[in-house]
Amino acid sequence: MTAQAAVTEVTLDSTLQNVEVAEGIAHRICVRAGFDEENQHRIAMAVHESVINAVAHGNKHDARKKVRLRFQLHEDRLEIRIRDEGAGFDLSRVPDPLASENLLRVSGRGIFLIRAFMDEFRVEKIPGSGTEVIMVKRLDSKTERDQGGTEP
Amino acid sequence: MKATMRQVDSVTVFDISGRITLGEGCTQLRELIRNHLAKGNKKLLLNLADVTYIDSSGIGELVSAYTAVSSQGGQLKLLNLTKKVHDLLQITKLLTVFDVHDDEVKAISSFDKATSV
Repeated sequence: MTAQAAVTEVTLDSTLQNVEVAEGIAHRICVRAGFDEENQHRIAMAVHESVINAVAHGNKHDARKKVRLRFQLHEDRLEIRIRDEGAGFDLSRVPDPLASENLLRVSGRGIFLIRAFMDEFRVEKIPGSGTEVIMVKRLDSKTERDQGGTEP
Repeated sequence: MKATMRQVDSVTVFDISGRITLGEGCTQLRELIRNHLAKGNKKLLLNLADVTYIDSSGIGELVSAYTAVSSQGGQLKLLNLTKKVHDLLQITKLLTVFDVHDDEVKAISSFDKATSV
């Protein structure tokens, strides 16, 4: 991993402690890529939530199983891939946390937040080796605050 | 996560700081609320001014605390949300659930006087 590298790859054991490690790596890459502070937070949080899903749901907290992260900084976007060794999940079956019957549920907001914070999000099954989450944030992504125009 | 407690009139105020995330932060918050409910404290105000980070599990823990207190006839309210926490509660529509304040005196006076302490 060098400061000039367009690709950063990291392999972590499936522990909750490594969630913060992954989040820290994501934050540093976002700073280097030039994202504003709000998007740095949002991207790092999307990585945080994805790695929690990989550790807890994909790899079932089995520390021998790995979570592989790949950050690829393109000219116009940051693409993040997070792979676990689990069987995957059907995005269409993830309940809508905004539905009135789900509003007071304790869990089920992670995927929703990732979708809210990233420009693209999809899940791919990797035959024989697990599940990969792919997230993209464009470098020209504007936060709601940015869209308000120039301050007087 | 760290929390200090103070009593203002009949309201128990928790000044919470740090991260409320899956694992230790969520567990601490859960035990804090459950312990005070068990003691009969049913008017709880969470001051989140110094909360630096909250994830989806932390949001879930706030919801869990809210429903636990409400189910016992109490009230749980939030005070001094940071912009990040405010945004998260807005995106998840939970601003429609929680009673949120940015003035402690007004927050204290908003508690239902009829609620048993």
